[in-house]
Amino acid sequence: MKAIQRAAFPHIRTVGLFGLIVSFADRLSEPHNRAALAFREAVTRAAIDGVAETSTSLASVFVRFDPDVVSHAELTEALQTLLATQDWSDASLPPGRRLWKVPTVYGTDRGPQLAEAADLAGMSEEGAIEALGTSRVRVLTIGFAPGQPYLGPLAAEWNIPRQTELTPKVPQGALVLAVSQFVLFADASPTGWRHVGQTGFRTYRPEADEPFALRAGDEMVFFPVTKSEYLRILDKDPELGGACMENIDL
Amino acid sequence: MTGLKVLKSGPSLTLQDQGRPGFLGNGVSRGGAADLRGVAEGASLLGQSPELAVLEMAGFGGSFEATGDVRIALTGAPMTAVVDGQPVAWNASHQLRAGQVLEIGTAHNGVYGYLQLGGGIEGTETLGAVSAHLAAGLGRRTEEGDVLIAGPDSGTQTGLCLPLDPRFEGGEIRIVESFQSDMFSPETRQRFAETVFLRGARANRMGVEMRSDGEGFAARDQLNILSEIIVPGDVQLTGDGRPFVLMRECQTTGGYPRIGSVVPCDLNKVAQAGLGSSVRFKWIGLDDALEIEKRHAKECQTLRNQCAPLRRDPADIPDLLSYQLIGGVISADQDPFS
Repeated sequence: MKAIQRAAFPHIRTVGLFGLIVSFADRLSEPHNRAALAFREAVTRAAIDGVAETSTSLASVFVRFDPDVVSHAELTEALQTLLATQDWSDASLPPGRRLWKVPTVYGTDRGPQLAEAADLAGMSEEGAIEALGTSRVRVLTIGFAPGQPYLGPLAAEWNIPRQTELTPKVPQGALVLAVSQFVLFADASPTGWRHVGQTGFRTYRPEADEPFALRAGDEMVFFPVTKSEYLRILDKDPELGGACMENIDL
Repeated sequence: MTGLKVLKSGPSLTLQDQGRPGFLGNGVSRGGAADLRGVAEGASLLGQSPELAVLEMAGFGGSFEATGDVRIALTGAPMTAVVDGQPVAWNASHQLRAGQVLEIGTAHNGVYGYLQLGGGIEGTETLGAVSAHLAAGLGRRTEEGDVLIAGPDSGTQTGLCLPLDPRFEGGEIRIVESFQSDMFSPETRQRFAETVFLRGARANRMGVEMRSDGEGFAARDQLNILSEIIVPGDVQLTGDGRPFVLMRECQTTGGYPRIGSVVPCDLNKVAQAGLGSSVRFKWIGLDDALEIEKRHAKECQTLRNQCAPLRRDPADIPDLLSYQLIGGVISADQDPFS
């Protein structure tokens, strides 16, 4: 078997039998994520016959298709043509994005690893709350669990490693941090990321008419509230934990 | 309204169908029956669509009482099955009368058995499908006291059987290179195909562990890869270099590298490989894989042509022991040479 030479980015490769992946980078950055979001939107708009479904990861676009309708070669060519139309890392983000503002309690027993994370980032706890609580982050991708967002990128000082040990369980709505990203847990889960804050926001409600609150490309701010404020909010709004949403103007 | 009342349930009964495609962008994998071939077989025995919901039974069935007359088909991993105490054939369709009790026991071979009803099983659709996707919090296990309600059944024929398609003991699993295969050296990929794996104890609808002695299968830059799309069939190497085949209820993205992807029709065989079954992976090219997959799809669509009337096998005659078949019977457990 021969070694495969990796072409320069962006490149297109097969995924199993019925998929192609368009990769913009092998590491995360804002422009690469922007490229993935914008290119997925372009593929959707192009309405290529035989394309069944698309999704994005942090810096790539997956296209599932029926090779009986459009062959691997034909689809690869169509995607390549589309890639060549512009610099995707500089593209506008898709329309219809929303900004979510979510009350968050940082530290206390609800965000027990804030101090540890702040320390790794070289900050005081107060400084960390100020920095994290004012960061406007993007839903970079949804994955790992239904409706669960990866959010970022956070400033470079938050490029802190995952812990070596797993935390056995963080609750639904937990805000965890590692590698310049947040994850907002859709359900209780074990994690290797540090649990810095807690929200009452349910990103996935299988029983609801709209089960998925978030879409890739949406933006979020996790503004700080005290624990007693958080508990009051939770009583009033057990579904969205006091989150408000507004449309992002283009 | 007819159907089956669950009198006793095995540890993992779920309603399944072809799954819910289209939600990858929301983090929900397609899911659906672990062995789609088993679903296709039951549908062809009952002369109905393979899209209808079925009962998937992992390892063990349960007891079911017919609430009215109902046609059934039993497919997938062969399990002991009796109706009112009389053994009935597997991979076959049968007529149950109101009040009759169907008991389904342990799988002799394989993992997932299927119980299908004429007209399918009615269920609540969430995100466009009935199938339980427990990892995504969709649906639930079927339990004692539940009633499996049959949909409107336009068919009448029963007493058909299909030859057992061998896929319950592991064997050769065909695999194609995928987008992360080049993260493994050619030597590692070759060694992967030369290794005999045993299906491990960690196996469910999300993934199946493959065990082997000796060195693991490490990627070149394992710790520094981005989370990327997962498709069912991907063979993921965890931190210690041990392979897991990711099944239909897998996560949608993951950060462990994948050496290749199992051809979808062979995923049925992976799902049905019982604990300790030996498995070998065989690399094939994409074009061959597409051809194999097309042939398999065609075969599933034409299974109806292979359905034949059940012949009464002497093994199925319950009072066989009371027949005087031969004289001078010797004891089977007496050593003739002692």
